[in-house]
Amino acid sequence: MIQTDLLIIGAGPTGLFAVFEAGLLKIKCHLIDALPQIGGQLSELYPKKPIFDIPGYPEVLAGDLVTNLMEQIKQFQPGFTLGEKAEHIEKLEDGSFIVTTDAGTQHHAKAIAIAGGLGSFEPRKPVLENLEFYENKGVEYFVKNPEKFRDKKVVIAGGGDSALDWSIFLANVAEEVTLIHRRNEFRGALDSVEKVQELKNLGKIKLITPAEVAQLHGAEKLEAITIDENGSQRNIVCDYLIPLFGLTPKLGPIANWGLEIEKNAIKVNNALDYQTNIKGIYAIGDVNTYPGKLKLILCGFHEATLMCQSVYQILNPGKKYVMKYTTVSGIDGFDGSRKEAEKAVVKAID
Amino acid sequence: MENEITLHITDREGVTHTLAVPTDMNMNLMEVVRAYELAPEGTIGICGGMAMCASCQCYVLNDVELPEKSDEEEAMLSEANFVKDNSRLGCQIHITPEIAGLAVALAPEE
Repeated sequence: MIQTDLLIIGAGPTGLFAVFEAGLLKIKCHLIDALPQIGGQLSELYPKKPIFDIPGYPEVLAGDLVTNLMEQIKQFQPGFTLGEKAEHIEKLEDGSFIVTTDAGTQHHAKAIAIAGGLGSFEPRKPVLENLEFYENKGVEYFVKNPEKFRDKKVVIAGGGDSALDWSIFLANVAEEVTLIHRRNEFRGALDSVEKVQELKNLGKIKLITPAEVAQLHGAEKLEAITIDENGSQRNIVCDYLIPLFGLTPKLGPIANWGLEIEKNAIKVNNALDYQTNIKGIYAIGDVNTYPGKLKLILCGFHEATLMCQSVYQILNPGKKYVMKYTTVSGIDGFDGSRKEAEKAVVKAID
Repeated sequence: MENEITLHITDREGVTHTLAVPTDMNMNLMEVVRAYELAPEGTIGICGGMAMCASCQCYVLNDVELPEKSDEEEAMLSEANFVKDNSRLGCQIHITPEIAGLAVALAPEE
């Protein structure tokens, strides 16, 4: 089991900066994120877009902000559980928590900070009758193990990069790859689009556009789909359907943790320390709500800072703490490193 | 009034709201829906207005001429659910005098 002082759920900008503020207070952190990389929506949605309201940065690319935040916290050696979704929480008698992910990884922590932003990013599911029945019985939203599709008949639906890339990859693995898209135009890297065109010409990818999946068939598992092509319907025999329609954020399992939810966000105690209705569980950044809430990265940084002061009191009950300035006290990393302002010399000049 | 246009927005419950909306506040249609609380917070404008989610999808109900869709908007509408020929993303429709009288209905929540 992973042991830590403060478990942060969500590795977006607010969660990452919380590691820094916690580190100043000697609080060890571990982060969980449903995405396989850090940065949250900054990395997933708009890494190349500029942000103009980070204090001290007239302009910074979202991806660069994530890189800088990681650089800023590295001496506090945070642990990461990436690509796993925090699913279940249990409060122990001593007030500490065990959080288990969908992959079964367990984390034991004295306090929890939910910095979940918009929620965890989940695949956008098409609206189809009996879709849930066929999930994991032929309908897959990710290609985790391409070997699963070897010598199978695969239909991929979607028009973005992941639909193109997986069509190209599986063309050499599967028995048959059919790519279905609602429009004639695909949106992706130029070489991916050209490669799909080439594989289509070679007969290795069947391309059907504009078309949509209309129905799923099969008694025990997926055996065929009906597609709607300009109003006329026909069936395609297949073993797998992989809908790749992008990711969409959902609050997910956290909504069932007994926390007070308001406006699809977690209610906190009015900006005192961003604690939720459960002692020891905090919510910071875009995921929380309180009167006057603004969903801004800079507000998330502030919330993370106040939250850490409160967590310090949980970890060190009764201990007096005086806030220190990094300019005065420097930073002592958990890796033994020390950063501090250069000392002025006192020396007579002859 | 000066710098105001009338918009007709039908919410997800089917209620139509006729609103006087300012044209000088640099707003888009998604922000109008949020400002007037026509859909619960957290169910609209989730990505903040970057055409990166489809939570502000709406159907255009009359023939008020709107600016062409950008590539980003086209791409998102090609992946979203409940898309019809008259679908647009509210965040990509800027509130300008040219769209006075526009009538839209909010698409269902995904």
